[in-house]
Amino acid sequence: MTDPLSFLSGHAVQWGAVVLLMTGLYIVMTRGNLIKKVVGLNIVQTAVFLLYISIGYVEDGTAPIVLEGAARYSNPLPHVLILTAIVVSVATTSLALALIVRIREAYGSIEEDEIRERESD
Amino acid sequence: MSLVQHLPALQVAVPLLAAPLCAMMVRPRIAWLFATLAAWATFAVSLAIFHRVLDRGLILYEMGGWAPPLGIGHAVDPLNALLLVLVSGMAAIVMPAARPGVGVEVAPRAQRLFFTLALLALTGMLGIAITGDAFNLYVFLEVSSLASYALVATGADRRATTAAFNYLVQGTIGAMFILIGIGLIYMMTGTLNMADMAVRLREARDTAPVQAALAFIVVGAGIKFAVFPAHVWMPNAYTYAPSLVSAFFGATATKVGAYILIRFIFNVFGVDFAFGEMRIGWALIPLGLAGAFVGSLVAIWQDDLKRMLAYSSVAQVGYIAAAIGYANRDGLIAAIVHVFNHGLMKGALFLVMACVILRLGKADMRSFRGLGRRMPVTMGCFVVAGLSMIGVPFTVGFISKWYLVVGALDAGLWPVAALVVLSSLLAIVYIWRVVETAYFREADGPRTREAPAMLLAPTLLLTVLCVAFGVATEFTVGVAGSAADMLGVLP
Repeated sequence: MTDPLSFLSGHAVQWGAVVLLMTGLYIVMTRGNLIKKVVGLNIVQTAVFLLYISIGYVEDGTAPIVLEGAARYSNPLPHVLILTAIVVSVATTSLALALIVRIREAYGSIEEDEIRERESD
Repeated sequence: MSLVQHLPALQVAVPLLAAPLCAMMVRPRIAWLFATLAAWATFAVSLAIFHRVLDRGLILYEMGGWAPPLGIGHAVDPLNALLLVLVSGMAAIVMPAARPGVGVEVAPRAQRLFFTLALLALTGMLGIAITGDAFNLYVFLEVSSLASYALVATGADRRATTAAFNYLVQGTIGAMFILIGIGLIYMMTGTLNMADMAVRLREARDTAPVQAALAFIVVGAGIKFAVFPAHVWMPNAYTYAPSLVSAFFGATATKVGAYILIRFIFNVFGVDFAFGEMRIGWALIPLGLAGAFVGSLVAIWQDDLKRMLAYSSVAQVGYIAAAIGYANRDGLIAAIVHVFNHGLMKGALFLVMACVILRLGKADMRSFRGLGRRMPVTMGCFVVAGLSMIGVPFTVGFISKWYLVVGALDAGLWPVAALVVLSSLLAIVYIWRVVETAYFREADGPRTREAPAMLLAPTLLLTVLCVAFGVATEFTVGVAGSAADMLGVLP
């Protein structure tokens, strides 16, 4: 078992991903405003992007382009994967925002509690 | 190279290419006709694949000639061949009914886009089922999910929009969890090909990322699969979506989640790791049974029958989760057979709701009064599919329940077997309420007649299949058995 301090500092990026994931989930669960929920969802997605990008990191690695004198390259595959995931998240966000526009047209509000009130009458 | 060899690529390519073409067809009737033909072509492809798989076992297809693990491959074994047939078969049956069914629920201008979305959802589900690549699975999952959220939002009731939004939030979190799980496995194995992952994971299984990956994937697939308590998105989504969307998704969407769970647990992680070391059976069986009881109990109190069916789906999904948790051959057969059988019966029941809504405007208890005499064929379908939901012999539901109980006894879990039987009794209550209202109450609503043949015929067809596969059980049980054998569980 390594000492706790180096365990924390050695995995700084992964801890960052964990903190972002928890922050995002907390926002999604506790906020009643639908736009804020979407923002929370975006933070969750960003956490996943960060995790994937950290996988591709190679110590002392350069960009994966053939260069004179470069011996180590970062792994480009996770980066490419996450480009796809970013596109997906853009699509998710735009669909969510489009739904919010429809919800506002139908209920006149984007606050969850007000919508619930109007749903029952 | 002949066309036959490219069938796995066509399985996804046909609906994917048909979708944008469909969006260009301005007249709703043409768009519908085109979408129906595309669905039938897709169904024909999946039948051909199914035939070949039964003939020679595993089919591996290298996309563009790039061999996995470098390239992306499709892999078809009896498990996903059966799922392909279910998903594309449901699309082929429901799509023709969409013309009269959707006509009243979706504005004519939006109908071509509705069919485009339906084809995209179909593409995504087939892609999840057929791909052998874990990241590809995530991408197809998002393709089908995004199309599903939009389809749910096309419902006429304004609550459809909030239902779709909640579905989107929870579905996206589920997908993100699956993506994290895949990333963690990639971190430890350096591969995205599922067969390759399975081999390399044998050495890396005792590490924290792999254990976390299992947890993330089980929870993520559990949300998509609507296992209790992650089922919250489902009742509203299925209640307020257009009835045909409910029929198609009720029969297929959660089943795809079940497939992801089975594929990852049994193929990628392996039975020893998932059940021996990580003991996920202790999560799946209690949650599955809790879902079975909560779903059935809540279904009893529902006035809106689409909502009742949605809660009944929570219960049925619970049975599938519990059956996966047994981790033995009969349990796996029960899970696979129930995925198929529940698809047939829930499809039939939601189509009955579509018939009733088309004629009476809504499907609550009040509009069902005296319906047995006014819409005899529709109600006949409800009774037969309802009996199947309860698990009466000579229906598909009985076969599922039989293997559910046998599997539990096999695993030495007799209390589980007793609880499965007990929760099935609750299904009698919620089905009987409707039957009683339809046959023994006087009608007080407007006069009505049977739904048009375009809608009634698919309903009848699914009901007949509920009985046919309940009598001729060799087909489903045989395929599920060979799928279970390939997944490597001990008999």
